[in-house]
Amino acid sequence: MDVAIVDYGSGNLRSAAKAFERVTREQGLAHTIKVTSDPDIVANADRIVLPGVGAFADCKAGLEKVSGMVQAMTEAVHGKGRPFLGICVGMQLMASIGHEHGDHDGLDWIAGEVMPLNPADPALKVPHMGWNDLVVDRPDHPLLAGLGQGAHAYFVHSYHFRCHDPADRVAHVEYGGSITAIIAKQTMAGTQFHPEKSQATGLAFLSNFLRWNP
Amino acid sequence: MLKMRIIPCLDVKDGRVVKGVNFVDLVDAGDPVAQAEVYDKAGADELTFLDITASSDNRDTILDVVGRTAERCFMPLTVGGGVRSVDDIRRLLLAGADKVSINTAAVHRPEFVAEAAQKFGSQCVVVAIDAKQTGPGRFEIFTHGGRKETGIDAVAWAKRMAEYGAGEILLTSMDRDGTGQGFNLALTRAVADAVNIPVIASGGVGTLDHLVEGIRDGHATAVLAASIFHFGTFTIAQAKAHMAAAGIPMRMS
Repeated sequence: MDVAIVDYGSGNLRSAAKAFERVTREQGLAHTIKVTSDPDIVANADRIVLPGVGAFADCKAGLEKVSGMVQAMTEAVHGKGRPFLGICVGMQLMASIGHEHGDHDGLDWIAGEVMPLNPADPALKVPHMGWNDLVVDRPDHPLLAGLGQGAHAYFVHSYHFRCHDPADRVAHVEYGGSITAIIAKQTMAGTQFHPEKSQATGLAFLSNFLRWNP
Repeated sequence: MLKMRIIPCLDVKDGRVVKGVNFVDLVDAGDPVAQAEVYDKAGADELTFLDITASSDNRDTILDVVGRTAERCFMPLTVGGGVRSVDDIRRLLLAGADKVSINTAAVHRPEFVAEAAQKFGSQCVVVAIDAKQTGPGRFEIFTHGGRKETGIDAVAWAKRMAEYGAGEILLTSMDRDGTGQGFNLALTRAVADAVNIPVIASGGVGTLDHLVEGIRDGHATAVLAASIFHFGTFTIAQAKAHMAAAGIPMRMS
């Protein structure tokens, strides 16, 4: 079982890789974690992880610069139905469109828009930075197994994913309004928070993702 | 609801942990990676390494410390000290840091902050501001561990850094650092109210009430401390329980 962590020059992939390795080791799972920029490895991986930090357009451009990568991801996820996890901007890239520094097309895998955070309370700072407690929208979802209401996850972002179909939102947090925390549709999932930085909650979530058979 | 953060800070020199009182009289106290693991298990909300290595020959020791920490601790890690170039930032982020804190280099060349934010995103750019009160309602930036005055107004500077793309301000009350007398709350509040990005209060924590004051009265959204945790005066859990009892939203685990 190969887990491909897509390397397209966006930030630090080491933490994500180390977190997956830790979960694999502790749970006795037979996954091999591969940080890769090779589309063939991604196309044939059993699970795919797309991290991402920085601006939406930069990440999209970086992904498209790796020749064949978007096609490989599309083939694996939509052709073969392989589970996919987008983290932070990696999740936002699944949207139809992103509105960070202009309008930019996303992958359009999950209908929605990436909007600037604009908390109703002006005392709330942007970026939304720190630990917030998850409010579960779909308690039966296997990605949330063992997490429950009120689990804390680590966020750092200035834009958020607004799903067009509320059914795609698995959990949210409150920050001067509802902010999407986890999305899932078919074999695709995404977290606005950083599971690789969310201590026990994050490792439990990654373990759920590795066991997820949508 | 977003929780307020407690951030222990480890001063690291040549790959070893030290903690200074007013940045002198350093006491060697151990391996930073082991310390980081202790704080991780204790439920610290983030961790900061301040690299005070002087010799350029040993500058890479922090990369090894960061790399080994990132393999073991799955929590946000900020590294500051000697961050002077885009390449310094890239190497720290690749080693496993989530944020870098820029201090003197921003004072020397403010555009560096804009370049860093452009290149790596605001989420990983912390601007560290060391300030002292120089008169009533007047706060100035100091560099070189508080020894060198710059004449720059701390509040105006914080606003400028936010405009340049800083994602967070680490504000140290230099006139309180190491004294255990608490944050300079007038400074903290003036800066926190002037910017729309998160402010971490630092410098002078001696009691758990000081942590409460930094949030409640200083309007910071995070508090950073070294000595009270490092020398075992208080645990992270005690600090969180005290703050929660004072009505501050905390992540209890």
